[in-house]
Parts: sequence; structure tokens; C-alpha cells
Amino acid sequence: MDYRTKILHTGKDRDPYTGASSIPIYQVSTFAQNDPVEFGQYEYGRGTNPTREALEHTIAALESGTSGFAFASGMAAISSVLLLFQSGDHIVVAEDVYGGTYRVLTTLFNRWGLKYTFVDMTDPQEIEAALLPETKAIFAETPSNPLLKITDLGAVVAIAQDRSLLTVIDNTFMSPYLQRPIENGFDIVIHSATKFLGGHSDLIAGLVVTKDEALGRRMQSIQISFGAILGPQDSWLLLRGIKTLSARMEAQQKGAEIIANWLADQPAVKAVHYPTLTSHPGREIHMRQASGAGAVVSFELQSGEAAKEVLRKAGLPLMAVSLGGVESILSYPATMSHAAMPRSERYARGITDGLVRLSVGLEDPTDLCEDLARAMEAGI
Amino acid sequence: MKKERANIKTILAQGGARWDDKTGAVSMPVYQTSTFSHPALGQSTGFDYSRSGNPNRQVLEELMAGIEGGARGLAFASGMAAIDCLMRLFRPGDSIAVSEDPYGGTFRLLEKVYRPTGIDITYIDTSQLAHVERALQKDINAIIVESPTNPLQRIADIPGICGLAKAHGALVAVDNTFLTPYFQRPLELGADIVLYSATKYLSGHNDVLAGLMVTKDKDVGERLYSLQNSTGAVPGPWDCWLTLRGLKTLPLRLERQEQNAIKIARWLAAHRSVKKVHYPGLKGHPGHQLLAEQSTGFGAMISFEVEDPEMVRRMLSQVKLFLFAESLGGVESLITYPAVQTHADMDEEARERLGINDRLVRLSVGVEDVDDLIDDLTFAMGG
Repeated sequence: MDYRTKILHTGKDRDPYTGASSIPIYQVSTFAQNDPVEFGQYEYGRGTNPTREALEHTIAALESGTSGFAFASGMAAISSVLLLFQSGDHIVVAEDVYGGTYRVLTTLFNRWGLKYTFVDMTDPQEIEAALLPETKAIFAETPSNPLLKITDLGAVVAIAQDRSLLTVIDNTFMSPYLQRPIENGFDIVIHSATKFLGGHSDLIAGLVVTKDEALGRRMQSIQISFGAILGPQDSWLLLRGIKTLSARMEAQQKGAEIIANWLADQPAVKAVHYPTLTSHPGREIHMRQASGAGAVVSFELQSGEAAKEVLRKAGLPLMAVSLGGVESILSYPATMSHAAMPRSERYARGITDGLVRLSVGLEDPTDLCEDLARAMEAGI
Repeated sequence: MKKERANIKTILAQGGARWDDKTGAVSMPVYQTSTFSHPALGQSTGFDYSRSGNPNRQVLEELMAGIEGGARGLAFASGMAAIDCLMRLFRPGDSIAVSEDPYGGTFRLLEKVYRPTGIDITYIDTSQLAHVERALQKDINAIIVESPTNPLQRIADIPGICGLAKAHGALVAVDNTFLTPYFQRPLELGADIVLYSATKYLSGHNDVLAGLMVTKDKDVGERLYSLQNSTGAVPGPWDCWLTLRGLKTLPLRLERQEQNAIKIARWLAAHRSVKKVHYPGLKGHPGHQLLAEQSTGFGAMISFEVEDPEMVRRMLSQVKLFLFAESLGGVESLITYPAVQTHADMDEEARERLGINDRLVRLSVGVEDVDDLIDDLTFAMGG
């Protein structure tokens, strides 16, 4: 079955009771029982809800995993995964990980004794060098945010397997349509489903998929205990969004390719980061492990002032935090996604004040290029 | 002796609660779906396509039919869509009598859409049985009654009208929006059809547009269902779900709203700037006794006339709690100016004759604290 078909037919995509082509929204907190001892399949909405269950089944199938879990946000998903670890454990984390992940590690989990080392994961030797006896996991993100640096999934898995480490990846930028890390051997895949999976900038949600069932049972226990679950209405909207994932990703990626190539020719642009550009150092690895470059482009202008001017003058893309929606979004990592990172840390990672990130939506790419051209002219 | 059926409060509170025996979900799921897949060729789960039937709409329709004591419930995209569906039962040459101060939207539909098709429409004072009898002499096909009327709160003798209509073979439809089945059940009083703008008290939160209709007779219900399915003015699943959710608190809301309304009506009656108060719960109201016989409550709609139209303008601009808005029946109190809002489509002469003049104000009393509401009116009316 072609993956585009699979997206629409994962086995739990319709209501088994009425045949409703769209899973009903079970806007309910509790389920009445027939027996005081033998409970039915559903008891209480935090534990399971049929609408959320359909979503969880869908994402597990789409990521080629065994168990799926839906959370109230991408950060709730990441935090729930981090609860797998305990005091004294150490994890190796990609240095240009999403700013929210950086914040939760350095300001919350560190208080409970979870240790971490940030490394440049594009270099497997750096991962090796960071490993400690108490290292329990490697947390990757590829392409990275916002520099779209590429990590070799196979290399990470090889290092982890040698030492029985858990491999975790934030797959938000690619979505399972373009990259399925469990097929490369990863144990846990995380999504901010607010982005490409939801795709309409109308919900906040996070998803987790585990490769094996034992790990799935541990995640389920965390999900029930911690309770950062996704509500039925949002679960339903997310399922609705996923139905058009392939169509959206293809169109948005096509637009991003056109814009990335156009940006590369602009004199005002110092550098363009987009995984399939011939100039991109991770191009070959990325094309081996993913079926496309996605729809996020970042580019660097001469200065922070020039970048801010483009953000102010651009008329078509929305200036906002977030990405992955049908509307193009222009954001400024220095004050938005990476505001939680100190300037020195940020610069060490190459996230300069001149960097702008564009999440390409469904608008006509020529319209977007013309709009950016006007904004850049104004900035010169 | 076993009761024939549970109290309306019980039925409403548990609306939809036992529908989903597959999962036991206490709140029924929202079937946000357009179509239903079939188990096999020639088989159906009972649902095929959401215009023809959707679980959320079905539960709402059946609940309403149950509490009204009718054979068939039908839900619509708005109250006007419900009345429109009713009117499609008639054809050119048919003749309809209607309460003379109907809701402005009903008046507009009848005048702008149905009169031009050749349906004869007569407006009668349905609070006078003699007027009804006179109209029936002219071979009327149906009478559409509003009681209490909007905004003047005139009360029709529903059993009396139904008795006369039956003798002449005319259908009686009652727009029961103001009282709801919690206070008044027209089918039990002899009517053939009861109609609602469910946007008002039934959903009760000023957050849904919906219409409902219940027929006493199964065949009339089937004819109307065929019209509903053909013209397709159905409410979506989410709106049905919200209406069902609203219905669960209908008794609580109406009791509180009515208590508030009685207190406000009495306060208005004693106010020096108020010329007339139209509220059937007041002993001096001409329909008070009649309504007490056919209903268990007087509702929460009040209209009143002040001495000076300037006072109306002042009130509308000075109220802080009452929202100046069209509609009624929600938990928030609303203040309306019928002459320019709900009855703007009625010509001035007709309005003046009926008493819907530029000094008349209508209140839909909500569930706020009644003393706060009175303070608000006191301030708005100039202390």
C-alpha cells in the first residue's frame, strides 16, 4: 500500500459501530460500567478515550511503531518521554535542539538530577566523546531547528546499540511522510503535532510513538499518571489534519525548494539552509534517510538589523512563532524559538541575529518570492 | 403505581447518556461526519448520510419527541428553517391564520416568501377565541399560534383553539419558544405540531442556532421528515450536541430565570416611569389565569412601555449588565427594542395598532443575581 493511501486507511479510521466515515468526537470524561469488577474497554477519559485512541493508533501505524500516545502539546510529549529517566541518568542531546526542549532540560529536569550534554550530532565522534557510564539515551533532531543540520540516523543507532542506549528523536520537521526513524532503528519518535501533522495552525498537540510494546507500556503508565493528555476535540482535529498530510507536505515542500533556490541567488542573503540544496553539507545523508527536504528554510542576512527589517516588511507570511501550517510563517529564532537560550550559547550553535526561518505554506511560491524580494529591498 | 414516564427533569438530565452502549460514554460522542460506510451491499447501520440522519440529531429529535409526548421530532438549522419546513406542507390556494403579533422573522417569511406563492395568510388575535372561530369559517388549512406572543405576551387558549380547529379540520401549530416543554406542552393541550427556535431557552447559552419541531401524528411527522431531508436545512452534529447539552439544564435555568422575571416585573409595575408591564405572571395580566391553567410557569420574558421614547434610548445606552442584543432565552440577560429590532419588518401602522411602539422595551431575563439586574435597570432608567 502506498504511504499516501496508508495515511487514510490505518485500520481505525472509521467508527466501527455506525460506520461513520469520521471517528466521533467522544467529548466525555467517564464511561458507565456494566459490572463493579469487570470493567469495559473504557473507564475514564484520562486513561483512554476512543477519539484519542484512533489518533494514537494512526500515528503508531504511520511511524511504523507499535504504540502511539497523544499529549496536550509537543512539550508535554517531550516532558513525558523525559520522565522515563531518573535522577542521576545522563542523556546526550543535539546542541541545536528546539528551544523549548533546551529550556525544559536546563531549567526543570536538571533540578531532579537529570544530566545532559549538548553535542553537535552531525559528528558521530562528538556523540561518542560525550558518553558517560550513566548515559541512558541519545536525543536527536534532524533536520535541526533552525539550521537544518543533518544527523546520520544510522550512525546514532549504531552507537546506541553498542551500549544499549535508548534513541529518541524529534521528527516534527519531517513528519512520518518524509522520514520514519523507527525504520532506521530509533526507539522513540516525538512530534509537535501542532506543526505539519495538524497542519492548520489551529491546535496544540504532541505525539509519541515507541518501537516496541514494552517501552509503550512504560509510556502509557507515564501518560496516565502524568495526565498531559490531548482532549477529544483536538484529537479529532488532528486526525482530520493528518488526512491531508501527504498533499500538504508535497505542495509545501515544492514551494520551499523553489524559495530556497531563489534565496540562494539573492545578493542580500549570506547563507541558505535547506537540506537538498547542493551546497548543504548534510545533503547526501539526508537523502539517504528521508524522502524529501521538507518545508522549512532558514537563511541568514547580513545583520540582525537587516533580518528584523525583512520580518517587519514581509507582507505575505505571518510573523509568528510555530511552523508547519498551511499559511507561511516567518519567524526570528533569536527572539522566538531560541529566546530561552543565552546569546553566547545561541551564537556557539550558529543561530545568529541575522538568521530568519521561513515555514513555507500553500501560497503560490512566486508570490512569496516577490514578497520577500520587496522586503529585502526595503532592508538594504 | 408505576409512573408512565420519568419526570421531564430526569429525562432531560440524562439526554444521550445511555446512547453509546458500546463504550458507555456518559456524554454521547459528536458524530462530526458526513457519511456512513455500509456493512455490505444493501445493508445499513441505520445511518447513511448525515443530512438524512446523524446520531447527534437523532438523539436530540427523539428526546424532544419524548418530552413533548409526540410521535416525531425534527431538528433544523434555525428556528426559521423549522417554520419554513412547516410552511412547505401547504400549497397555492391554501389558507393559513397566524397570531397577529408573531415573531418578526415569521412575519417576514410569510409575507416575503409564502404570500407571493399564492398561500393566503390572515393575521388574527389568537388571544380571542371569537376571532379564531371567525377565521375558521373561511376554510382555513392551519393556524399558527404563538403563546405568549412576542413581544406583547398575549395568551391564547390553546385547548379552546384546538377544539375549534379540529371541528373544522384545520391543523394547529404552536410556537412554544417562550415557555418550552418545561412549562407548557402544546401537544398535550391538543395541538398537532409544536415549534421552537431552540436557539433560545432550549439550548440556553446564546451559542447555538437551531430549530426544533415535534408532531403528534406519525404521518405528519413523516411528511415533514421527507421535507427536511429534501430541503436539507439540518443542524450540524456539533450544534445538536450543544443543544442536547443545553437541554440538560433547562429546568434549572428556567426556574431561576422565571423567579428573576417575576421580581423584575413587579419592580417595573411599581416604577413611576413605566406605563405598562406585559408579563403573564402578574395577577393583573389579562391572560394570567388562562396561562396558569395550561402551563406550569409564566416564563422569563417581559416587555414594558415607558412614558417617553427618549427613556428607551437612555436605557439602551446606559445598561451595563443587560446586553443590548437581539435574541432571548440565554443565561445572559438581554434587552431588545422590538420596534427597530425584532419587528422592523412590520409596517408602522400595524406595529402601532398592536402596541409595538417606540416606547416598548423587551427584556429576556437571565440567571444573574436579580438585585444586580434591578440595580442595572434603576441606574439606566435614571435612578
